[in-house]
Amino acid sequence: MKQKMDILIVGVGGQGILFASELLSEVAIKAGYDVKKSEVHGMAQRGGVVSSHVRIGKKIYSPLIQEGKADILLAFEPAEALRWVHFLKKDGFVVIDEKRLVPPIASQKAYHYPDEPIESVRKRILHVQSINAAKRAEELGDSRVANTILLGILSKPLGIAESIWEGTIKERLSKDSAAINIKAFQLGRNQT
Amino acid sequence: MSDKKNNTILLSGNEAVARGCYEFGIHVATAYPGTPSTEILENISQYPEIYSEWSPNEKVAFEVAMGATFQGARSLVAMKHVGLNVAADPFMSMSLIGAPGGLIVVSADDPGMHSSQNEQDNRYYAKFAGYPCIEPSDSQEVKDLIGVSLNISTQFDVPVLFRMTTRICHSKTIVHISKRQEYAIKGFEKNPKKFVVLPAHARVRHVWAAERLQKLQEFSEKTDINRIEIENSDIGIITNGIAYQYVKEILPNASVFKLGMSYPLPIKKIRSFAGSVKRLLVIEELEPFIEEQLKTNAIQCEGKTYWTNLGELSPEIVENGFIKAGIIKKNRFSTVKEEVIPRPPIFCPGCPHRGLYYALRKLKPVITTDIGCYTLGVLPPLEAGDTCVEMGASIGVAVGMAKAKGSGKYIVATIGDSTFLHSGLTGLLNAVNDNAGITIIILDNRITAMTGGQHHPGTGKNLTGSKGLKADLAKICQALGVKRIKVVDPYRIEETKAVLKEELNSNELSVVITNRPCALYPPEMRKMVRQKPFRVDPDRCIGCHTCFKVSCPAISESDQKTKKGLTQSRIDPVLCTGCSVCAQVCPVEAIRQVK
Repeated sequence: MKQKMDILIVGVGGQGILFASELLSEVAIKAGYDVKKSEVHGMAQRGGVVSSHVRIGKKIYSPLIQEGKADILLAFEPAEALRWVHFLKKDGFVVIDEKRLVPPIASQKAYHYPDEPIESVRKRILHVQSINAAKRAEELGDSRVANTILLGILSKPLGIAESIWEGTIKERLSKDSAAINIKAFQLGRNQT
Repeated sequence: MSDKKNNTILLSGNEAVARGCYEFGIHVATAYPGTPSTEILENISQYPEIYSEWSPNEKVAFEVAMGATFQGARSLVAMKHVGLNVAADPFMSMSLIGAPGGLIVVSADDPGMHSSQNEQDNRYYAKFAGYPCIEPSDSQEVKDLIGVSLNISTQFDVPVLFRMTTRICHSKTIVHISKRQEYAIKGFEKNPKKFVVLPAHARVRHVWAAERLQKLQEFSEKTDINRIEIENSDIGIITNGIAYQYVKEILPNASVFKLGMSYPLPIKKIRSFAGSVKRLLVIEELEPFIEEQLKTNAIQCEGKTYWTNLGELSPEIVENGFIKAGIIKKNRFSTVKEEVIPRPPIFCPGCPHRGLYYALRKLKPVITTDIGCYTLGVLPPLEAGDTCVEMGASIGVAVGMAKAKGSGKYIVATIGDSTFLHSGLTGLLNAVNDNAGITIIILDNRITAMTGGQHHPGTGKNLTGSKGLKADLAKICQALGVKRIKVVDPYRIEETKAVLKEELNSNELSVVITNRPCALYPPEMRKMVRQKPFRVDPDRCIGCHTCFKVSCPAISESDQKTKKGLTQSRIDPVLCTGCSVCAQVCPVEAIRQVK
């Protein structure tokens, strides 16, 4: 891994963002790094915007990533990728789940869900990888493993050994759940 | 999240408080839930070695912890910043008594108001009462400083204000854990001159408290929780809490005086530090609490000129302050934010507040509302709620509005069950005594929902899961002298509206209680709440979007259009709990339950 990695995970309340950032943090601790992780609780369960900052390195001070300095943006939803893209550095990497979650407020005339959010992100950032993780997860047999597919994609540029990831998944989850999550992780990791 | 070999785990600040309580032998811990402090007691409750409870409000929580420390027990009480306003009475007077067994008062402040009505800086409370103020800057420090605070508390016979902020409470950082140390409880030692603050006693105790503060001042000069990290002598920075982390991130080569104790300050040590640097800066979140004390002591420094006293600090704000102060040059590209559709929080699918507010708003009353999930009713499209101030305010404000006889035909107070038990009872007693012609609606969802589903004296369970009181709200109202008490099912809009209409028109004091539980908490209730989902019949839906007015996350636009080209509605069958409120408002009966 590089000296330091700043990863911002974003999405909508209920998508399992906090679980994903917990898993990532644990993997980094096991690999011997200092880790800080920050998010604000409260409105998360009520369909609100959720973001989790994960900072990994030899010694980390601020738990918050600075705008324009994140190495990786992991977006569980296309419009959320666009909302947070300013946190990414110019040569940063974005992973986006293509499945849209249009908020109820979009039915009011004053509000509009962005037309092509992924394209708008591409206009700003060179390295963008999008995947219909929700659909791929369903194909694997469990729609809940979409997060793990995205973590699999993230794991490659992060550069922490695959065995640590798999070991952590096994520790955190029940046997059955771990098996399908490891499959999902592999699927993500082998995406190009 | 643990690496068991070296006992290193990732903990939030709140989890670290709980761990600290365990390791440093806390006996009794109390709280009323409030973001960002709630997880402290939730985590403490997992340790059977500690007696823990949800008290009905912060004042009672404080008093229970105070009683415990009078017995010589190591005690902790936790609350959000505004909770300390509720507990301010015992907090202040206890200063003259002391805390023989040790007492930590956790104040979880909310700079930036992520989920609060104000962003008051509670460090002033420490100065007000003459207590030491301890401020951690990450989870390891949280745990360590719980131990230090207990030592200070028992050594100086003083409660310690342990001031955290949302960012410290909810960020996770690495913590090294160890075993619990046990401490014996001495037992209460009768001493009226200490424990009974009669004026004659209190006058003597005030002198004692002033001397205690002097000793704490000397301690502050010596303790290593106030430490200097000498680097470069051009710039010296005095900082603490989360601001310390941002300073180290942005300006790693500056000399830093890090304060673990922000009251009383080590003035002599700071004066000497000031003399060793060319320019002295103070970087602290919210108010200039440290800066003012330094200026009072004639120590030249700069602070709030460059770093705002409004809102939460961030690495960007700290960096911009350094740019304004001429210390660093602007050297990075500016970031451009995209304007993206907001996602305001709304009532959950199946939430009982939806139907109640939908029925109530049709009668166009002035609504004094209160603190809880139901405050969200204020937002569009329901827009039901006209005033909201603090816990329990709804009833008193409604009485004042009714007595002043200004505008508004109907005055209605809406208050949740947990808030009613927290501080609505006395307001109701007053309303009865005043013979106020208002309607009070108790939105009784049988849980403290906004903070994540905590028990209270109406739920039948205690914090640790043991059997608790299941207070009957109707009987309480009756006992307080209310004559008109009605119970409504908020899932039935027309019936609810009919009852409300009658009560509003009665011109008498009336209490209406809703009887549906929260759809989310406690989790074991979800199965009970859940019915078969509803779906929109595309052959019937005329695309009028009336169903959007109930503001349900399960309802969205469908891909299909009507013959006239209007977008039809769609109900997410996974999210829908089958409450039927949307079906009741549909003018063409296009929403039907799945068979």
